[in-house]
Amino acid sequence: MITIETLTHTVSGLNLDDLRRWIDYSWVRPDGQPGHYRFHDIDVARLRLIVELRDDLGVDEAALPVVLSLLDQLYETRRHMIRLRAVIETVVPEDVRGRILDDLGDSSRSPQE
Amino acid sequence: MPATDLYATLGVPRDASAEDIRKAYRGLAKQHHPDLNPGNKTAEERFKAIASAYDILGDTDKRGRYDRGEIDAAGAEARPEQPSYRGYAEGAPGARYRQSAGAGPDMSEADLGDLFEDLFAGTREQRSNTPRRGRDAGYMLTIDFLDAVTGATKRLALPDGKGLDVRIPPGIEDGQTMRLKGQGSPGRHGGPAGDALIEIHITPHRFFRREGRDVHVELPISLSEAVLGGKIMVPTPTGPVTMTVPPRSDTGAKLRLRGRGVAAHGGQPAGDEFVTLKVVLGNADEALETFLRGWSGGHSFDPRRSMMEGS
Repeated sequence: MITIETLTHTVSGLNLDDLRRWIDYSWVRPDGQPGHYRFHDIDVARLRLIVELRDDLGVDEAALPVVLSLLDQLYETRRHMIRLRAVIETVVPEDVRGRILDDLGDSSRSPQE
Repeated sequence: MPATDLYATLGVPRDASAEDIRKAYRGLAKQHHPDLNPGNKTAEERFKAIASAYDILGDTDKRGRYDRGEIDAAGAEARPEQPSYRGYAEGAPGARYRQSAGAGPDMSEADLGDLFEDLFAGTREQRSNTPRRGRDAGYMLTIDFLDAVTGATKRLALPDGKGLDVRIPPGIEDGQTMRLKGQGSPGRHGGPAGDALIEIHITPHRFFRREGRDVHVELPISLSEAVLGGKIMVPTPTGPVTMTVPPRSDTGAKLRLRGRGVAAHGGQPAGDEFVTLKVVLGNADEALETFLRGWSGGHSFDPRRSMMEGS
């Protein structure tokens, strides 16, 4: 976990005004209180991503909440999927796993429009 | 290794302007950024190629050297590998940014079982009587600033018309989630009930402010109280107390009322109240004017001196 002072050196292109605003908007959610924030690794990586989206990809701040919200939903779904895979791997017997695999590979069973 | 044409990688002609190159890079990066395409290896490889092409073509000097054949595509410096967002977001830390209702930083990932509840409900009823824990229920509760400082018991109205008494501990923070064991949905087949998760919101106070366990207040005092000092009444979260203002106090002077912040709780000592004085002139009358005209000390002091120096 790192402090706000270290952060501005770790994430290039980040200034403190942006950071305070983004914390106000809950785009980044460090632990602790104003003046004593502590950032987890994921917070740092997220800040780096936000700066990249804004500076390199030209996503302006008005569009950022939409992008972040969709990303958060995407990653939540992926975490579910990863967990589901783990459960199938450990709990489901081999023959049933084989049937799941067959069905997943069978395009006629995919949702139709 | 086949020589890659960096212009082809970005899909621009060799005489493209710097602006065109930047636009092409932005467009491709939006499409292939690996954090926007988690789990897609092709996008990741493509993004690496685009990024290193832009490292050369996006830099006038490097682009010139590339055009003159002094450096080739392989000469592009690899970008320093930073830990990617997707690496964290797909793992357990990702739950910090989950979106589902009732999300809080202290909560574990949503019960994935909920997703399959409908699917397996029939099967489970027929085939198994395994005890199953009830679901957690998420609620929001808004409390007053002072209740958060002193602690309080609040009644939360539940959707089924019942009420739930919530003991708010002194010093609770805005956005914090409280877990009430066994107050969620009932369990099945003898399983334990789920928990109630209550997200606390605190409404701001008219003049008090919180910083951790301390309470801050800006306190207006009159000119004579400031100059002559004296005992004054000060509001605190538990009611007014008397405080002595030392003679010749100025705006901005900070006084401490020990133990008048967040109440002591769970081994944590009580916080303090910090009072910042603010001199308020009030009704200036002729007597004051007359006095000030004749007061030599008032003319020799320039409070703005430090602002004028070196500007």
